[in-house]
Amino acid sequence: MLTKRVIPCLDVARGRVVRGVKFSADRDAGDPVVLAARYNEEGADELVFYDITASHEGRGIMLDVLERTAREVFIPLCVGGGLATVEDMWQVLRAGADKTSINSRAVQQPDLINQGAERFGSQCIVLSIDAQRVVELDGRRWWQVYLNGGRVATGKDAVAWAVEGAQRGAGELVINSMDADGTRQGYDLDLLREINTRVEVPVVASGGAGTLEHFTQALFQGQAHAVLAASVFHFGVFTIPQVKEHLAAHNLPVRLERGG
Amino acid sequence: MLIAIVDYGAGNLKSVQHAAEHVGLQPLVTDDADVIGVADGVILPGVGAAADTMLNLEHRHLVSVVKDVIARGRPFFGVCMGLQALFTLSEEGGAHRCLDILPGTVRRFPGGLSIPHMGWNQVRQVRAHPFFQGIPDNANFYFVHSYYVDPRDRQVVAGETDYGLAFPSVVIRDNVLATQFHPEKSGRNGLRLYANFGRIVAGSRRGVPAAVAS
Repeated sequence: MLTKRVIPCLDVARGRVVRGVKFSADRDAGDPVVLAARYNEEGADELVFYDITASHEGRGIMLDVLERTAREVFIPLCVGGGLATVEDMWQVLRAGADKTSINSRAVQQPDLINQGAERFGSQCIVLSIDAQRVVELDGRRWWQVYLNGGRVATGKDAVAWAVEGAQRGAGELVINSMDADGTRQGYDLDLLREINTRVEVPVVASGGAGTLEHFTQALFQGQAHAVLAASVFHFGVFTIPQVKEHLAAHNLPVRLERGG
Repeated sequence: MLIAIVDYGAGNLKSVQHAAEHVGLQPLVTDDADVIGVADGVILPGVGAAADTMLNLEHRHLVSVVKDVIARGRPFFGVCMGLQALFTLSEEGGAHRCLDILPGTVRRFPGGLSIPHMGWNQVRQVRAHPFFQGIPDNANFYFVHSYYVDPRDRQVVAGETDYGLAFPSVVIRDNVLATQFHPEKSGRNGLRLYANFGRIVAGSRRGVPAAVAS
């Protein structure tokens, strides 16, 4: 049976992992290569590196982090942050990434999804969506897509964008709730479910994990295929084995092997 | 001991190389048919679509050397697309001829499932083989694929995995070993497969068939 994945996300700025609260980087959480090796040892199913500076300088550091990680860590690695062209994608894939995650650029230039999928295959293209819940005066509820780490509203409907992204060739969707990000108040289950019922590709829940129950909720009520979290792992609120044992206790299929 | 990793532009070359190096092998990444032809063991990696894999192999004039090393009984390790390419025909993107080393068809998973089949899933070892040495039955491996192989000869199925249906996740015939999953992305148990392949290659140089290597 396909297991539910537990994925730590490492937000990297200038070669260090930082912890974000509602999309603003504040506290230092360590060396990305050391953290990656530790998560691998604990049984992480996959790792996401997110270059939150996404500058030219940041890119070089990220490639170095990737190359060093890929020599020691034999689980899937995904990289995002500032990837704007197919060539950018190729750079990180060549450095050791298995998947590339695109976000703002894909909204501005949706054809980037098609181009990436065409060149590297859908399995290499992860569409990451930052969404915030909107409640209209008449009570109608929807989710708006944001750009640039949550700084720019687009007016775009997140559920429709998820469907379009999958149609264009994204092999996986990471749904990041901005309301929940870094608050540890739980994933946005309604949003996850809305998207899950409309796409065939795997959906990863991101943003908001604070208790062990939040993970089971995302997988049961949210129907997500995987859960992604950052700060709760970096600051040792839970370890990966704790999360997996909790999921297993709720009869969710997980991989309990350690050491990658 | 020369192990060649066939370079035909597949994306996961480096991961495969790192994994092989990690277990003490010294693989050579090459698209030189002469080097592949004299290698003691050959690894065919691969991600993406069957048609592209075949086109790339043809462009680089590597089809005949791959068939030749297999025909001569050299240990051969196909990974993911390197497994699918061994079969007769792939239904991915129409109908594409593949290497036709193993009779059978590459088919798409039935509807109603999340596609691609992406993540960690268990491999049931349906027969004992030195390739599985040190790997527990039902160990998890990392998969990413939308198509699976349907061999005409079921005897080649060495490992099975369930996703909507039971499909072959490890295929073995004589010195041809192949996995649908990515051992280079499957942690410790995946690395063991590379180490076991290394032992099979070493044995083969001494004239020991893969099925009895230790």
